Amino acid sequence: MKIGVLALQGDFAEHISMLKKIGVETVEVRLPKHLDGVDGLIIPGGESTTIGKLAVIYELMEPLKEFGKSHAIWGTCAGAIFLSKDIGRDQPLLGLMDIKVQRNAFGRQVDSFETDLEIDELFKATGTEHPYHAVFIRAPIIESVGAKVKVLAALEDGRIIAAQEGKLLATSFHPELTGDTRFHEYFISLAS
Amino acid sequence: MESKTGTWTEKKGLAQMLKGGVIMDVVNAEQARIAEEAGACAVMALERVPADIRADGGVARMSDPDMILKIMDAVSIPVMAKCRIGHFVEAQILQSLGVDYIDESEVLTPADEEHHILKHNFKVPFVCGCRNIGEALRRIGEGAAMIRTKGEAGTGDVVEAVRHARSVIGSIRQLQTMGDEELMTFAKLNGAPYDLVKEVKETGRMPVVNFAAGGVATPADAALMMQLGVDGVFVGSGIFKSGDPAKRAAAIVKSVTHYMDASILAEVSRNLGEAMVGRNVSQMPEGEKLAGRGW
Repeated sequence: MKIGVLALQGDFAEHISMLKKIGVETVEVRLPKHLDGVDGLIIPGGESTTIGKLAVIYELMEPLKEFGKSHAIWGTCAGAIFLSKDIGRDQPLLGLMDIKVQRNAFGRQVDSFETDLEIDELFKATGTEHPYHAVFIRAPIIESVGAKVKVLAALEDGRIIAAQEGKLLATSFHPELTGDTRFHEYFISLAS
Repeated sequence: MESKTGTWTEKKGLAQMLKGGVIMDVVNAEQARIAEEAGACAVMALERVPADIRADGGVARMSDPDMILKIMDAVSIPVMAKCRIGHFVEAQILQSLGVDYIDESEVLTPADEEHHILKHNFKVPFVCGCRNIGEALRRIGEGAAMIRTKGEAGTGDVVEAVRHARSVIGSIRQLQTMGDEELMTFAKLNGAPYDLVKEVKETGRMPVVNFAAGGVATPADAALMMQLGVDGVFVGSGIFKSGDPAKRAAAIVKSVTHYMDASILAEVSRNLGEAMVGRNVSQMPEGEKLAGRGW
């Protein structure tokens, strides 16, 4: 099992250290050739505009779209934006997941927050039941999801913050910034 | 579900999202759009870039809130703004505007020659400059959630940024080889909080994200700083004081992502037009250097 982490910009090193913690081999992906032999891919937090532009310039868009047809991909925050079909503005998107996302949905940095979540699917998969502590940073929300998309988590007001479509996973928050490896374990189960 | 804002994790976390990226100085909405289009991960809104602050002289202060708000409206990426060292009211004003990060910066004229802002008192995160590990850990002790080298802003000469990055990273390596009984003396000699010294020894890294700043003018400069071990790069005068800002900005963004790939660095360095004119720091009178500001 080898997991690639898209390393164009953002907190890819944080994802790599979480994967190392659970004993998974990792590789940094900056060019299409780095996808060779990779079983799953994480698109980290960062600036989605920066990541999108660099993906276009280094001809990663088509290889990533192709990769996503048969492999697991997980996008956190900027990565969730990049995986989506529609964000209501013009910037490069992979369009792999049938979700509509709104960027910076909670406001600016002073509105960024941490909170505990109940995520049944995650608790079931990992055999745990304590709340999942989630860190939101200038975070997006998933405004709406297509028929084949499963909602994994929502805030109390109903806004969607985690969703899954087959082997594709999107979270508004940053599991890589906590010590809690449950989401990474869940993703590895999708990639296996 | 109780939610908390303005936490240490939130403050440090935004800097983690900027890693592997380039933060660009911009003086108006049009430059901010050029920076975003080039792939900047954030912009620093200020009235004059450091090269012009040097040329104009006089007192350099926080920028006009109207200009900062226009830049915040113009782009979707995070917007940072500078306040003077120790000027906590300028910081209060910037926080009320909703900027995403405040740079308590030596590039502006200091308002307090003994104290920095107690940054733990704010919900908005701060970045501060440093020349060495003691200065970095003092700023973190006051609440800075991100650190950058001071370098020598507005010169286009990377030598000071290299000196400061090597000093910080060298000290981290030195701490790895020290016994626990040596840490208090290290803390004393470097004027650094003991607990943070201990943390750096245990983790082998700075407690917060560490960028390079102050003199980066070319893609090669940016990649040099990345290879020395910083997490990302600020470019001030180097972009909008050059012949073709959009092209140079995009080239520096690419160089920070592909900092280990010399063939890509060669490609992005081609035909960038005139670099900023630059000033040789070794021939600059001590009184003109900005890096000495900060305590």
